[in-house]
Amino acid sequence: MPSRWRVALLSVEGLVKHFPLGGARAWLDRLGGQAPRSVRAVDGVSFAVAPGETLGLVGESGCGKSTVARSILRLVEPTAGRVTFGDVNLTTLSAEPLRRQRRDLQMVFQDPTASLNPRLSVGRTVEEPLRRHTTLGTGERRARVAEVLAQVGLGPELAGRYSHELSGGQRQRVNFARAIATRPRFVVLDEPTSALDVSLRARAILLLDELRATLGMTYLFISHDLASVKYLAHRVAVMYLGTIVEEASTAELFARPLHPYTRALLSAVPVPDPDVRRARIVLAGEVPSPIDIPGGCRLRGRCPLAQPVCAEPVTLREVAPAHRVACHLV
Amino acid sequence: MPWRRLARNRLSFAALGAILVVTVAALLAPWLAPYDPDEPDAAVALASVSVRHPLGTDLYGRDQLSRLIHAGRVDLLVALSATAIALTLGATLGAAAGYRGGWVDHLVMRGVDAVMAFPAFILALAITAALGNSTANVVAAIALTHVPIYTRLIRGEMLKARETEYAEAARTVGNRPHQIVLYHLFPNCVPPLIVQATLAMGFAILTVAALSFIGLGIQPPQSEWGQMTAEGAGYVVSGEWWLVLFPGFAIMLTVLAFNLVGDTLRDLLDPRMRGVR
Repeated sequence: MPSRWRVALLSVEGLVKHFPLGGARAWLDRLGGQAPRSVRAVDGVSFAVAPGETLGLVGESGCGKSTVARSILRLVEPTAGRVTFGDVNLTTLSAEPLRRQRRDLQMVFQDPTASLNPRLSVGRTVEEPLRRHTTLGTGERRARVAEVLAQVGLGPELAGRYSHELSGGQRQRVNFARAIATRPRFVVLDEPTSALDVSLRARAILLLDELRATLGMTYLFISHDLASVKYLAHRVAVMYLGTIVEEASTAELFARPLHPYTRALLSAVPVPDPDVRRARIVLAGEVPSPIDIPGGCRLRGRCPLAQPVCAEPVTLREVAPAHRVACHLV
Repeated sequence: MPWRRLARNRLSFAALGAILVVTVAALLAPWLAPYDPDEPDAAVALASVSVRHPLGTDLYGRDQLSRLIHAGRVDLLVALSATAIALTLGATLGAAAGYRGGWVDHLVMRGVDAVMAFPAFILALAITAALGNSTANVVAAIALTHVPIYTRLIRGEMLKARETEYAEAARTVGNRPHQIVLYHLFPNCVPPLIVQATLAMGFAILTVAALSFIGLGIQPPQSEWGQMTAEGAGYVVSGEWWLVLFPGFAIMLTVLAFNLVGDTLRDLLDPRMRGVR
């Protein structure tokens, strides 16, 4: 379900997040008359998510996926750009209205252990969003906690436990429970399964999809695990070095990847059939530093298809219905 | 449980016992002391250790054991109030500096640096000398010199805790900044704070005693260990050894006990040991 057919629930326009470099280097730059340099973690990202949809955001470590997530929730302040949630511009919201928006806008963090306060019981952890956003009494909150725990497949007896008494899978379910306690409309999932082992990962993915369907939520699903993305996401955006290089519906993207980076990424996925031989697309060299981003197409230095034209700036354009690619050669 | 582990280590168990004895003695002083600590009895002036006066008597025939028990009351009360004030003030300042950062951090930390620039004892001495040596001023002087310890500790812990994912999660869930600090970050800074407070208690007792020893702390007739040691010191040459030995021993034992317990607590509450608990 392409987003342009419906009004987007969340839209991100031209999001930029630069982390200025400090230390001696910044001083030298200033002395040399240059602007101090910065890590360009997110460098102009735009996308929209329709209600009920799951948008997958994929890319390798360090490409800026998590920074996009943090910028949306304003856990880091974006350098530029605009995030609209419903009809609210989140980027300009002051502290208290932003805090109230968090009832509808939740996040599941990457590390299920580190994102739980070791000194709070499971019950208190899941109860907290209710305390902050609702006027429910103690008994009502307790009932709601039990209900939410049941929704994520945890028994009510776990409410008295502490994070260190739980297994990794249980911890992540507590994180899910905390995120959905206030019945948010939108949840950002920042690599929610990367800390789980493979056997638990599949079940967690199924649970997330079921929760979205039953509670009518919308997801931004950030992952580098293409199998999970293929299952969970309706649409996929591929990030490379702080920008989106390709965006299409999941079926379209996996069937007809157009950008050389997407192709390389997909060709790296192992196929569970030893007889299948595929052409593995290997990119040369390493990802350039996000401090020294090459001009033109960012993949230029590594792309097996690179042409002189690739030195020209490249933008995301629609090459097929609802299929956008940022490549001169497509 | 840390307490069970603490009990397993004999030395720290003994130290914990010593603290307990001193505390109970201080709490129940009026009932435990065999004599009125201020009651002179010329008949037994400068009497040595005996069954009637287990720790001997002083120049006026006052029972030294009773005086020692009542003195411990003052020492512990002053050290405890100073530690409590310093901890409250230091933790608040440190939390503000660590969580807010920026100019708040600069302001607080430069203030702390200014206090730390003076040797703690000299500063305490100067304050009591300037403000007059009432018990309240002794408490204030010790509290002020101890504030930097807690400020720096909590600031450091806050800086660490602030960057954790659970701090971000607390924000995402809809906590206001003061709620994040109070309910999420601060409770995770408490273990090192307990260690520091225990160690600082010993140091505070030493400071009260030292100030009183040179006559700037607790004033007679109220007895105090340091002051009793100072009085007794004059009698060392004339052979009345009990007058200096027992108060000195009381100071040493109590300070040592707090330090030992503090050290053991530090080992037990070390985050790397947390899983073993």
